[in-house]
Amino acid sequence: MREDDPDIKWVEEPQLGLAGRMYLPLLVGGLTTTFKYLLRPKVTVSYPDEEPRIDAHEIYRGVHRLNRDERGRVKCVACFLCATACPAHCIDIIGVESPWEDREKYPESFTIDELRCIYCGMCEEACPVDAIELTSLYNLTGRSREEMIFDKEKLLSVYDATKETERMKSTEPERTP
Amino acid sequence: MIDQSLVLAGIKIVALVGGIMTSAAYFVLLERRVAAWVQDRHGPNRVGIPLTKIRLFGLGQPLADGLKMIFKEEYTPAHVDRRLFWLAPIVIMAAALAIFAVIPFGSSLPPIPRLGIDEPIPLVVAPMVDVGLLYVFALSSVAVYGVKLGGWASNSKYSFLGGLRSSAQMIAYELPLGLGILGIVLTSSSLGLNDIMDRQSSTGVWFILSQPLGFMVFLIAAFAEAARLPFDLPECEQELIGGYHTEYAGMELLLFLTAEFIHMITASFLITIMFLGGWHLWGLTGAPDAALTWPLALLRIAVFNAKIFGVIMFFMLVRWTWPRFRFDQLMTLAWKVMLPLGILNLVTVAVLREVLHPSHLGSSMSQGGQLMLECTVGWSVAIGAWALVAWIGPTVSDNHPRLDVRSMEVDPQI
Repeated sequence: MREDDPDIKWVEEPQLGLAGRMYLPLLVGGLTTTFKYLLRPKVTVSYPDEEPRIDAHEIYRGVHRLNRDERGRVKCVACFLCATACPAHCIDIIGVESPWEDREKYPESFTIDELRCIYCGMCEEACPVDAIELTSLYNLTGRSREEMIFDKEKLLSVYDATKETERMKSTEPERTP
Repeated sequence: MIDQSLVLAGIKIVALVGGIMTSAAYFVLLERRVAAWVQDRHGPNRVGIPLTKIRLFGLGQPLADGLKMIFKEEYTPAHVDRRLFWLAPIVIMAAALAIFAVIPFGSSLPPIPRLGIDEPIPLVVAPMVDVGLLYVFALSSVAVYGVKLGGWASNSKYSFLGGLRSSAQMIAYELPLGLGILGIVLTSSSLGLNDIMDRQSSTGVWFILSQPLGFMVFLIAAFAEAARLPFDLPECEQELIGGYHTEYAGMELLLFLTAEFIHMITASFLITIMFLGGWHLWGLTGAPDAALTWPLALLRIAVFNAKIFGVIMFFMLVRWTWPRFRFDQLMTLAWKVMLPLGILNLVTVAVLREVLHPSHLGSSMSQGGQLMLECTVGWSVAIGAWALVAWIGPTVSDNHPRLDVRSMEVDPQI
């Protein structure tokens, strides 16, 4: 280390005033702060007894859901962008030719291994039609590994369960031409 | 036929040891809860009555903690000096508990003629000890031996450093601790704790009012003696992993921790007895020679315990208010600040005693006037001395890197 290194910023410690040197005024100030915090409402959430409040569910990254369009069909167009973006390789899609005229493909099967997922939200970012979204359901549990592999119906049912409380993050999906 | 006083002493010992141990356990819980509250948390609030779902604000926690400690493996490392390793917790615990033989925990209970007790029952295990303070100080020095033995016998660097720090700190702060109370001993002309309380209750002036400087010195030294923050260098968990009890586990560790808490309780007892008037509260607890009735005796015990509780709460709040001192600051505070302040307090009190002696001014002044003079002089000396110390500022030490002081040539590789 060189003292005249321009990257080093030298600061002078402020001089203690009389109150600081007498200790007692600062001690009283510190004790007042401590005492104030003693009586403040606690921030801890006693989880099983009370549920945490999630205010911004738009940015919360919980269980996935597959959105439905206005006709109740799955919105996904089986473009594989989410599966490609997924760093944990937990999305498995089988795309087949779509029976509908507005898109070429749709997912015949769409499974997410919720145990392998790291809840990074990249699938949500990658999706061009806003079909896959992360909800604010946080207490995801299961009794077996198989139970934790969510298929298309399960993911759609998550949408059905959460569509009232959590609106779709983009209501006007851009359709690929 | 067993002597009645022996039976009474036995009952008092049982009540006291039981009470102290139980309250130490619950003060641990309180400490954890207070720590949590200060940090906006809840703290341990879930253990209640075992096998039920009743939580009782976590009041079952001490039981669970104790069970955990008892059932833990009593692991003794191979490299320790076994005899001393076993002796250390016993010494520290025995000394901590034995102190309470002379510490009163109330004034006295009224006589119970139905049981053949015709005298008031003093609420202290050994009532007739005239040198109570000497006994307390002797035993608190013995307690330091437990710390040193633990640090030495553990044969580990952390423990050894903790033991070293602890010896230096205890020796340094025993001087101001003694000096802080010398003024009181002079004023009440007794080393007995009951006499000191009686003096305060008969004059109605607590010693914190007439000797604030002595109180400050004693309070700070008591914090250091109890090794509480901001003076917990013997066992600072971040640097020394617990210091002298690093190598201990299970019940031995529990003995150490409990003894430390008992030290804090002892310090609160001493502060309350010597500076905060003991069981005395103006207009509520009556004169010391008032006829004892059961309500009055119980009221005095309640007042006494409330004061002790307040002091312990103060200990706990200070823990979360002040950061730990550096070791050189600790020593500077002891030798350059507390020692002179303590001597000054002693000299002030001695001069006042001399001036107010009946052969000098004492005969011409009323007792109220004397007390007023004592308080005025005490406070002005305290404020003046404190401000002078702040102005000279011996504790303001500066060791941060500075640009104008060239450091030694540094290896360019670094």
